[in-house]
Amino acid sequence: MAVAAPVLTVVVRSVDDGLGPNASAAGASVGVSDVVDLTDALTLAALPTAYLLKIEVTSEDRVVVHVPRAEVGQGITTTMAIVAAEELDARLDGVDVVLDDARAELVWNQLTGASNSVHALYPPMRAVAAATRARLVTAAAQRFGVDASTLTTADSVVHAPDGRTATYGSLSAAAARVAVPAVAPTPKDPSRFTLIGVPTTRLDARDIVTGRAEYALDLPGAGAPTVVARAPTIGGSVLTVDDAAARAMPGVLGVARIPSGVAVAATTFGEALAARDALRITWDPGPNAGLSDSQIRSKLRDATPGFALPPLGTASVAREFAFAFAPHAPLEVNTCVADVRRDSAELWYGAKSPIVAAQEVAAAIGLPSEKVTLHVVRAGGSFGHRLFFDPAIEAALVSQALGRPVRLMWTRNDDVRHGRMRPASYHKVRATLLLGAVSGYEHHMATLPVDFSHGLGEALSAAGFGALSPAVTQSVFALSQNVPYGIGAAVQTLTDVPLAFPTGSWRSIYSGQAATVNEIMVDEIARALRTDPVAFRRARLTSARTRAVLDQVASVGRWGRSMAPGTAQGVAIHEEYKSVVAYLVEIDCRSPQAPRVTKGVCAVDVGRAVNPRGLAAQMQGVLIDGLSMTLHAGLHIDNGAVREGSYSDYRFARMADSPPDVQVIVMPPTGDPGGAGELGFPAAAAAVANAYARATGTTPTSFPIAG
Amino acid sequence: MPSFTFTLNGVSTTVTAAAEEPLLWVLRDRLGVTGPKYGCGVGVCKACTSHLDGVAFNPCITPVAECAGRAVTTIEGLAAGDDLHPVQQAWIDEDVAQCGFCQPGQIMAAAALLAANPHPTDADIDGIDNVCRCGTYVRIRAAIHRAAG
Repeated sequence: MAVAAPVLTVVVRSVDDGLGPNASAAGASVGVSDVVDLTDALTLAALPTAYLLKIEVTSEDRVVVHVPRAEVGQGITTTMAIVAAEELDARLDGVDVVLDDARAELVWNQLTGASNSVHALYPPMRAVAAATRARLVTAAAQRFGVDASTLTTADSVVHAPDGRTATYGSLSAAAARVAVPAVAPTPKDPSRFTLIGVPTTRLDARDIVTGRAEYALDLPGAGAPTVVARAPTIGGSVLTVDDAAARAMPGVLGVARIPSGVAVAATTFGEALAARDALRITWDPGPNAGLSDSQIRSKLRDATPGFALPPLGTASVAREFAFAFAPHAPLEVNTCVADVRRDSAELWYGAKSPIVAAQEVAAAIGLPSEKVTLHVVRAGGSFGHRLFFDPAIEAALVSQALGRPVRLMWTRNDDVRHGRMRPASYHKVRATLLLGAVSGYEHHMATLPVDFSHGLGEALSAAGFGALSPAVTQSVFALSQNVPYGIGAAVQTLTDVPLAFPTGSWRSIYSGQAATVNEIMVDEIARALRTDPVAFRRARLTSARTRAVLDQVASVGRWGRSMAPGTAQGVAIHEEYKSVVAYLVEIDCRSPQAPRVTKGVCAVDVGRAVNPRGLAAQMQGVLIDGLSMTLHAGLHIDNGAVREGSYSDYRFARMADSPPDVQVIVMPPTGDPGGAGELGFPAAAAAVANAYARATGTTPTSFPIAG
Repeated sequence: MPSFTFTLNGVSTTVTAAAEEPLLWVLRDRLGVTGPKYGCGVGVCKACTSHLDGVAFNPCITPVAECAGRAVTTIEGLAAGDDLHPVQQAWIDEDVAQCGFCQPGQIMAAAALLAANPHPTDADIDGIDNVCRCGTYVRIRAAIHRAAG
């Protein structure tokens, strides 16, 4: 974009920098003593640099909002455009959003994870936008020779009482010279919102439907197509390589050995893939060669502690659950463009942790980290996948070795068989019952250590949680796992079982397994007590907000309606990220091999939905995630290798598996926004499992149910 | 390497490539047409779905030689200039996309379905097997019904 100088660029250096007391209070809403969960901790970690957001107003009358997060489909670009336009009184179609390059000075404030972005960015984005508006109004007052307090703003125009107007673009240069605004740079009272809370179509919708939206591999002129030959087993490594035949193939530009395998660059990906097939490589199978599902499950089961407390009642409900490994499998595989020169490097990557990614790339290629520029590009999904930067390190190494820019792509096989995955887990759970009530609850989970070395662990330490536990996994578990019912003493533990698999957090982190199990157990307990599952939850939920969303789905979804044998309803709730959600689903299990979810009703309360349409999309989509992972999507490990290789055998839902009828009820605002992206998963997954149990009479305990 | 001539989005196009090179890479890496996406390379995810003589097909498993003398339409060729195809407009009206990566293929699959079957039932729509990992299926279904009018 051509930007004529000077233009108004507002970067507020601290909460005290001309923002006034209200903005300061908004930004300081989180303190250590208020931290109750993971999103609080991450917002606190980001707070010291939270106000280093940048908004430009160009002389061409565009508002350019710089967002230090990744856009992976969650809609953060549209969401932040709405927030900025609201406080600026700008036209929404006059706002452009730019994803910030890796900015080391942001420290812990450039991590797209744990559904934290809106929670962390909402107060500072409002404040910076309000500060920008105040400077524009001040410049207009100077131009018109009137008191700034008499001016009004709407649709990117300042209006004087006498009818004179000035566009924001025309004021940009003068506003850039305003040192102290003449009106308070104070965010609006929510009662005056005209954009926040209004259902809005994605700003990039037209680019997407015309094929113009660019992902890393679509960037013009961007390097040699490159693929990597990888070991058959997870953690395997190259012993010997004969690349003579591959080098002789048409179009081949170079072959490079890197720690993860052997890379081939060519003129097209077609040629690179053909040449990769011509490599003759012998492999060391690595540390997992003898490991298959049954041994892994045994290790996890054996490591899961037994119940610590004696039964506190006269009866108990005890169950054991197991989950398979699961890849994120975003539709865009791992990709990265890298151009490494002798004394600098430039990368284009859909990074969710770009600062750490740039640092790790720099270390891998032996450059100071300030010599590495990492551009954050739009990515085709993540679900946790792009918190890591394995493809960025590979692309940089290959570019360095070959002395040319490369476009590196993992194949789908690579992505499923060597990519980060949600680790398998095992759960032992027991509820003790006394006089028709629950008197105690224990849940012990064993899984592989989830790798948080993408910056989240360091952010928690910076926010004061280093001392909570020596292991970051324990900190994350403790901050995220909560039993939202009054059911006596509840104890939940996490046991890490170290195995050499490439793990990563998967949409909703530990809650995807632990909270899903808890919601299945709630149905089991209700069944043991001969109580209706909705009535049981209503009586014991500690949050009125959660009771309200449960009541919504029960009412809209006609809970308890008469249904044919083999079909049933299921319900579940979840609280996390300052938000609450309930799902009611209906399932048809009359064809036992092909259970189908036929209907979904969701009610969601995120405090305040900036864009209810985007929120509804998240809630619809995560229902598809939940039913996929509960019913039929998972990995098998055979002697250290992943059996599945694409969506043909990793059975993520298609249209024919998805409910034609999904309703999402967005609850009215009650405060500031919480998180949404991962919120729905445990409730959706558990509602499907509970419906399956009620339809078949068999409670599923091993996921995916299809085996 | 041999040359192949086909009509690409209405324009006669000649390209030099190995006969067996999948059309997807010819489009993306030789011709700079990046709307069709790679998602699996084996015709399963269908992110690259485009039209060959008006019928949905997957360029990732179609050798360029098979396209010689035929008409290839990608997402870039679906609209008539600035006038969006009704399916594209329906996609915007229903705000279908999330990450957007599968949507060029979804739209081309839907456009091919509607060309053959102007008023598809839900069961007909279930026949579209393209993967959407964001789970936009409920809005895809609504957009297809909307485009059908």
